Amino acid sequence: MPTATSIASATSATKTGAPDTDTDAHAPVVADRATLLGGWRAGRSADLRSHLAHHGPPPLPGPGDSSWPGRFVATIEASGLTGRGGASFPSSIKLRLAASARPRPTLVVNAMEGEPASAKDRILLSCVPHLVLDGAELAACVLGAERIVVCVVHDQRATFDNIVRAVTERAGTALAPVPVEVRCAPGRYVAGEESALVSWLNSGPGAPGWRPDKGVALKIGRGAALVHNAETLGHMALIARYGPMSFRDAGGADSPGTALVTVSGGVAHPGVYEIAMGTTLGDVIAMARPTEAVMAVLTGGFGGGWVSDAALGTPYTPRALGAVGGAVGPGVLVVLPRRACGIAETARLARYMAGESAGQCGPCVFGLPALAQDLERLAAGSPDPGALARLGAHIAAVDGRGACRHPDGVARMVRSALSVFSDDVAAHTAGRPCAAVHGPSVLPPTIWAHGEPTP
Amino acid sequence: MSSPVLWYATRATGLVALVLLTATTVLGVLTANRSATVRWPGFSVQDLHRRLSVTAMAFLACHILTSVLDSYVHIGWTAIVVPFASSYKRLWVGLGSVGIDLLLAVAVTSHLRHKIRAGTWRAVHWLAYLSWPVALSHAFGMGTDMRQGWVIALTVSCMAAVIGAALWRISLAARRKGHALALIPVQRRPRGVPVKHISAQP
Amino acid sequence: MNAVIKVNPIACTAYGYCAELLPELVTLDEWGYPVVDGSPVPAHLLDLARRAARECPRRAFVLARAPER
Repeated sequence: MPTATSIASATSATKTGAPDTDTDAHAPVVADRATLLGGWRAGRSADLRSHLAHHGPPPLPGPGDSSWPGRFVATIEASGLTGRGGASFPSSIKLRLAASARPRPTLVVNAMEGEPASAKDRILLSCVPHLVLDGAELAACVLGAERIVVCVVHDQRATFDNIVRAVTERAGTALAPVPVEVRCAPGRYVAGEESALVSWLNSGPGAPGWRPDKGVALKIGRGAALVHNAETLGHMALIARYGPMSFRDAGGADSPGTALVTVSGGVAHPGVYEIAMGTTLGDVIAMARPTEAVMAVLTGGFGGGWVSDAALGTPYTPRALGAVGGAVGPGVLVVLPRRACGIAETARLARYMAGESAGQCGPCVFGLPALAQDLERLAAGSPDPGALARLGAHIAAVDGRGACRHPDGVARMVRSALSVFSDDVAAHTAGRPCAAVHGPSVLPPTIWAHGEPTP
Repeated sequence: MSSPVLWYATRATGLVALVLLTATTVLGVLTANRSATVRWPGFSVQDLHRRLSVTAMAFLACHILTSVLDSYVHIGWTAIVVPFASSYKRLWVGLGSVGIDLLLAVAVTSHLRHKIRAGTWRAVHWLAYLSWPVALSHAFGMGTDMRQGWVIALTVSCMAAVIGAALWRISLAARRKGHALALIPVQRRPRGVPVKHISAQP
Repeated sequence: MNAVIKVNPIACTAYGYCAELLPELVTLDEWGYPVVDGSPVPAHLLDLARRAARECPRRAFVLARAPER
């Protein structure tokens, strides 16, 4: 997936002000103004002046307005916004839980984007950073936060430069009542997990912690740390300006609003698209123009789930996708063309995820490589009647047995693969692997750091 | 006071402490290597390791007490924990003090095991290995009984047991390299009946 | 008191004492790590469960109050 080209073209579009047809060729279904990328698509640049001309100033609270936080949370609740970082948790509940008085909270803007096949947070920070920063300032005012920390991955130089530029533009003005700092963290897969990110901010190892009770707040130093995904904050900034109904204009009753989706794989126009929630899966990937017949789509990222072509009519919502074995996750869709081998791709994913284990929990450290090996053997196609039983046992051995959701995601992804590619599985176990096993992968090349390259 | 009884007690409790500390060390290695059988489950080996270590410390305490109380030679109270502060056989008694200091550190951190960081506990616990050459030099240097054949045999057997246990520990840890040091998987099935077949005793 | 067993998977380093003391409720997977199902501990096993929690060298095995239904 040429993620790099999409980002580069998006960034260059920002600089020149010209829209980039490569990244999104489809008109949104809602008024451009109330969407995340609408302004940028219309040719506006990412600087502060352009942002204010397009959206106007953010409705930050006046001094001493003590009822404002409650009203803001009520607005978010009315909009039905859910987190766009992967968990789809209702944002108003998260704000309300965090708003109970704690000493010196820090708002963490999570733009870590550990999913290799995701580019939306980078696009947001490069193309519409001020929307994200507006949302961060609004959320920080609700929580009484004393500072905002934006976290990006340290090797994404362009993104870092863009967000720092945006932060500098606002610093000291009325638009930044809460000071913002930008930090670069190491870009491992699990590094963007909430507790892992906070651990790194605390000068720790950046590995996820065990949180049997999620109600207990994460801490940075002595104060609470509240983590929100960059896209979620961008939506908050729009909802605060245009009202909850503008958000509900798009999407369905139980899953309102727009969302950013990164489409990649066997498509002619990979990139980040803004879609209305509830659009059918088939329509979403059609925007990216699949190059040939689609066999399946990996939804929700490497820890999400495969959805077969028969289910392409499924609406893009957490509930509907979950019902067919998929997931919304952080908005990732990888299109698998008919000529590819789903089992080989699943094996590559499993091997990558095994390498990305934080190495803290036994079942993950030992179970994920065992799972990957089972899948690699299955892909190779030597006849093995016990393969499925072993695979099932290993899936059960890792599911839910780590401190974070990393092994759970792998379990879900592999289970969905066994269901969606059941015909191929039967052929492989009988010793007849498909020819495509040794063909090129549609997965992003960044994962080859861990696995072996395509033979 | 000075009495040959005190002197015999010092030597005797010293030797007994040596044997007990040997057993403690071997049991500790058995614990760390996750050796377990039906008859000797892991939790009981750990329990025995802990209890023997307490007994060993008790005998060490007697060993120190009798040696300080014995006024035939002068070893001050401070010399117990301050190395090389004794005027009598400064070096050899001093080594004994070093050994006591190390073992006190191990004992205190183990008592407070769950209040300190796991890495700290572990690092200090490894100091127990260091206490061995110190204690053995102390024994040979003090010298009183070292001319006797059976004492030499006893000391050498204890040395062999501890060295063997340490080598076994190192070889197992080396084979498990590649994972975080704290993550020691049960790759070896215990001798005898596999652990999962243990039935609960009523 | 309604108690459930929770295992801290980060702290656990597969000593296996919990499975030795409480085989009715704890089994070990093929790598030696405990498998617990999260159901409430029966009253007659509560003492053994407390002992298992005490004996765990890493304090990974904990007894927590069962969530109110």
